[in-house]
Amino acid sequence: MRGRCPAGQRGAPLNASLGFLFALLSLLFLPFTALAADLPALTGRVVDNAGIIDAATKAALTRKLADFETKGSDQIVVATIPSLEGEEIEPYANRLFRFWKLGQAKKNNGVLLLVAPNDRKMRIEVGYGLEGTLTDLHTKLIIENDMVPAFRAGDFSGGISKAVDDMIMVLEGNPEELEARGERNQQAPFESDDLFFTVFIGIWITIMVGSLAVSILPPIFGQKLGPGRYRWLGMTFEPSRRSSSGGWSTGTSGGGWSSGSSSGGGFSGGGGSSGGGGSSGSW
Amino acid sequence: MFAQRLASPSIFRTLPAFLMMAIMLPLLAGCGYNTIPTAEENARAAWSEVLNQYQRRADLIPNLVETVKGYASHEKDTLDAVVEARAKATQITVTPETLKDPEALKKFQDAQAGLTSALSRLIAVSEAYPDLKANQNFLALQAQLEGTENRIAVSRRDYIQAVRDYNLTLRTFPSVLWATFWFRGNEPFANFTVAEDKMQPPKVDFGTKQGG
Repeated sequence: MRGRCPAGQRGAPLNASLGFLFALLSLLFLPFTALAADLPALTGRVVDNAGIIDAATKAALTRKLADFETKGSDQIVVATIPSLEGEEIEPYANRLFRFWKLGQAKKNNGVLLLVAPNDRKMRIEVGYGLEGTLTDLHTKLIIENDMVPAFRAGDFSGGISKAVDDMIMVLEGNPEELEARGERNQQAPFESDDLFFTVFIGIWITIMVGSLAVSILPPIFGQKLGPGRYRWLGMTFEPSRRSSSGGWSTGTSGGGWSSGSSSGGGFSGGGGSSGGGGSSGSW
Repeated sequence: MFAQRLASPSIFRTLPAFLMMAIMLPLLAGCGYNTIPTAEENARAAWSEVLNQYQRRADLIPNLVETVKGYASHEKDTLDAVVEARAKATQITVTPETLKDPEALKKFQDAQAGLTSALSRLIAVSEAYPDLKANQNFLALQAQLEGTENRIAVSRRDYIQAVRDYNLTLRTFPSVLWATFWFRGNEPFANFTVAEDKMQPPKVDFGTKQGG
């Protein structure tokens, strides 16, 4: 958006005020960013900030988890952090889970496997929607039987991939149920009533703002052609007569929409939440 | 044209009122009329979740007590304490309607804290019985109990947050106007004072409690 009015052409005062506005806005958002600063970013299905998973395992895990999500719609993320910095692992895992919003919004079908090697602690945090399938006991057994022995032997990659395998096995435990869940959750990017609402509001705003803009903006920004006739953005406007003979002879290229981060193909949570299901362990 | 207007005066008189309503209603919502009821319902929902999780813990206890009894029947004092604390805790319920009363909430909190400490003593005692610890049923119950304690902690945190939001809407500027002019009956909710896990550090007495 800001790219549309190049600083060089519009003089300094506008630029300065824009800068001031931007500074004000960023000041407004500062508390949020500061709050989220101590939590790692969700960079993929395996966020290895502690650097304990080797590259081959990481690639294999990412592939496996992606396959599993396309098949059964459940979203599993593996995260490692160097240190908890004094916090207990349970609240931290819950905070991280909710910050990343793992799982789909209405299904809450996410799982977070968190390992903090310096504190020698791990936790499997299960979203609301999967508490009945991947129970506390399952997660406890996975931690005690898969992860603890491997971690004691120093084999983080092995322990984590075994735990992921077992979690998938439990979640797949009833293949028909999993497939059904997968199909049920194959949802469109937005719900139909949301779409309806958006379209409705969109039309409303277009009518309201559009007519206002057509009558106000050309006299300000456009070129005056005659009494009540203005040329702006390659179109001829006649606000006074209401019937603009808009020629749509788009002279300006008008292709300035370089809307920042398109986030194409990136990985993100789906809006799920967790109420503290799962269990923790240490080694 | 003049006659026409005389013929249907009601339409012309109600139309402005109708338009006014159509414009005012969204404005009313935009001005924060909904803020207070929304925050209040959120707080109530958060409280229901707290109750739900405490109830879940209370439901686990009879099974746990039976299982422990099978292996450690002479830990009668500890078992009785748990049963007693559970009875006390389930007697006191704070419904969403009495949330405004800090005394009632404190009583509830104390009763639940009593159950928490009785339970942690039971778990600590059971460490001394290898057969019990190897029991699959006990293992399952212990995992569920741990999970439930954590869920309680999460729901309490959510409740504290929801109540803080609600109380803030009753006391801070734009919404305080609504509170004084419209929602006069709304009072701030009582909140948990100290986090229960901070109040009750898990104590494990090595050796001193053995054989008691």
